[in-house]
Amino acid sequence: MSDEQRKKEIDEVTGVETTGHEWDGLKELNNPAPRWWLWVFYICIIWSIGYWVVYPSWPTLSGNTAGRFGWSSAQKLKEEQAKIADRQKVYLDRFEKASFDEIMNDEELYAFAMAGGAAAFKDNCATCHGSGGSGAKGYPNLNDDDWLWGGSIEDIYQTIMYGIRSGHDEERVSAMPAFGKDELLTRDEIAAVTNYVMSLSGEAEDEAGLGQGRTIFQDNCASCHGENGQGGRDFGAPNLSDDIWLYGGDRETIYETVYNARAGVMPTWEARLDNNTIRQLAVYVHQLGGGEEETVNVEQQQPDAGTDGVDTNAEPVEQPVDAIPGAADVIDAVNDSIQETQE
Amino acid sequence: MTSEVTHTNPNYNYDVVRLFTLATIFWGVVGFAAGVFIALQMAFPELNIEPYLNFGRLRPVHTSAVIFAFGGNALFATSYYVVQRTCHARLWGGNLPLFTFFGYQLVIVMAALGYVLGVTQGKEYAEPEWYVDLWLTIVWVAYLAVYMGTLITRKEKHIYVANWFYLSFIITVAVLHLGNNISIPVDLLGAKSYSAPAGVQSAMIQWWYGHNAVGFFLTAGFLGMMYYFIPKRAERPVYSYRLSILHFWSLIFIYIWAGPHHLHYTALPDWAQTLGMTFSIILWMPSWGGMINGMMTLSGAWNKLREDPVIRFMIIGVAFYGMSTFEGPLMSIKAVNSLSHYTDWTIGHVHSGALGWVGFITFGALYYLVPKLWGREEVYSLKLVNLHLWVATLGIVLYIAAMWVSGIMQGLMWRSYDEMGFLQYSFVESVMAMHPFYVIRALGGVLYLSGALIMVYNFWRTIRGDARVN
Repeated sequence: MSDEQRKKEIDEVTGVETTGHEWDGLKELNNPAPRWWLWVFYICIIWSIGYWVVYPSWPTLSGNTAGRFGWSSAQKLKEEQAKIADRQKVYLDRFEKASFDEIMNDEELYAFAMAGGAAAFKDNCATCHGSGGSGAKGYPNLNDDDWLWGGSIEDIYQTIMYGIRSGHDEERVSAMPAFGKDELLTRDEIAAVTNYVMSLSGEAEDEAGLGQGRTIFQDNCASCHGENGQGGRDFGAPNLSDDIWLYGGDRETIYETVYNARAGVMPTWEARLDNNTIRQLAVYVHQLGGGEEETVNVEQQQPDAGTDGVDTNAEPVEQPVDAIPGAADVIDAVNDSIQETQE
Repeated sequence: MTSEVTHTNPNYNYDVVRLFTLATIFWGVVGFAAGVFIALQMAFPELNIEPYLNFGRLRPVHTSAVIFAFGGNALFATSYYVVQRTCHARLWGGNLPLFTFFGYQLVIVMAALGYVLGVTQGKEYAEPEWYVDLWLTIVWVAYLAVYMGTLITRKEKHIYVANWFYLSFIITVAVLHLGNNISIPVDLLGAKSYSAPAGVQSAMIQWWYGHNAVGFFLTAGFLGMMYYFIPKRAERPVYSYRLSILHFWSLIFIYIWAGPHHLHYTALPDWAQTLGMTFSIILWMPSWGGMINGMMTLSGAWNKLREDPVIRFMIIGVAFYGMSTFEGPLMSIKAVNSLSHYTDWTIGHVHSGALGWVGFITFGALYYLVPKLWGREEVYSLKLVNLHLWVATLGIVLYIAAMWVSGIMQGLMWRSYDEMGFLQYSFVESVMAMHPFYVIRALGGVLYLSGALIMVYNFWRTIRGDARVN
């Protein structure tokens, strides 16, 4: 091999000495490492040593060095959360004690409820109901004034708190019979009643079978959905005459609904959100567009029912979902309860 | 280039280098195309084709294809070329290098097939299951044997700096691979296995691996590439031998500590987070040592930057390397990380390193290497090299600018509370706000892929031996 001394040479372009090595024609200059590079390197090391003194850093036999000021990320998180909680606290004490009426009439509390409700809605409700509350198939639109279980703040509060068919003791529950699947009606009868239901919102095309459909409707559906299909809130039975559809208003979907029944579920939020958040949500959802002034029940919706002053806080009729096999019993029970409220 | 060394011709093994070079080009196009497709899936979720071609399965196809298939084959090709040339010795081990070629391609194919079929360990950049890991171990040991064998049988007295980096890459990747893939198969005929460590220990080992995959695969390995191809193409000596020693040893000693910065504000104990952050900051200058040595090698030959698009490729690559190795320590600072973590900023950061540094230094090396390997004087068209350069650069700029804006916006939206103490935005609102940036990012990817296709055409004409145009 070559002797190195002979090869140390001065690079013509820069005037710097090479190291004297050569590989495949490649050489190296013997420039020192740049001063600034070394200095910045040292400063980074010194800064890091300082950081180790201040913050928890090196592991020891019995744990780790704790740092001069006992800093911990868990403590830091608590402080940051407390800062945000303090902002809410300004309003929270008053909000907690205020009734819905008071909240609606107090500019500050109302703004607080709306801000909190909007934040909670987007994180918890928008997944199903849409970020603007406009709903989706099977998930009600919260902007319109079509309410299954009631559109007053109190009604909405109860729905959010306990849910619908959620399994909670206080849930809102009802069961639509699966008229086809459980062979309560024949396919022809279901087709006829489907046609009739469509006629309620002016959609029917087949005028001929309306009479048969009406009879079937009166015998099987009216007990919950009302004689004119205007719905019944005690059972969360949708209004069938307003051309607003939860699952779809085309012939096939309605047929499917009658055949298999629907039993949408809304979870209970009691364990997930605190009471204040649920109250904020109730106000927010109420204000989305379709909120009603006070609790309205099925009778008040019927212009011809003419019964005022019924117990507005009537418990919804609870009917176990597993009662479907005996659907006739359900309908009887529902009929009875309707009569009771009307008496 | 005139060499004063008058050795006998060592009969270099170029066959295997040619194979790895072709594989690099092939997998590069596959990996970039997969990247464009998943970028489009992010912008237009309708493009998710369930189940085999959904985002969750294609994302590791993209990352493995670009890192391990494109990057890995490029490292094999150039390391086998460089170690022979700078040791003045034929590649050691007879047919062993050829075994590493077919063995490594099998790793890639098995890994990718596994991903689309839903077979994964769920560890980022270490997704392949145990059977692929075992096979890769065998291939990697063979790689190390070939490399070490060639170094040992070298005819030069000293080992050239590029080989230090290549060797540190091969050894450390072996250690990382073994350390992060300790798992127990459910049964020997099934693909599924479970990681031996659990919980935060598993996470820490994963990011010790993950960060050093960046440090040793994508940094040390490609620095080896840089140390050969830049001085070679520029026909200039390396700027500073002393700097290369200092930054080599500091880089490999410090990099290995920096992994915990991937786990800031998690269940990882505070002390480990502190060490991860401080070592990342100490790492800044050792990383920049490579940039300085690469760029300053052009001193006295800066005109080549204007005249030669191949040099331009490599120097822009080194500039991106400098930028992303500054951005990395910056993002490891906990206060910055609390904004950047889990956002697109991280994606932008990794792509300024991957597209800018790894991609460009590789393209530069390939434009040097392909004519040499196929006995051509120069590539078919330097004009097309220049076109590739600018199309790809524009693509990178669109990509990382979009991700910076999107990432910082995302981070700000997530942490934004109104004055009453409520979160101002929901997660889905931040997703909706990101949409335009996802479209821009996909466009950047399309440009980068287009550049690579221009390169493929150029190489095809070069290898065919078509008369050069200029």
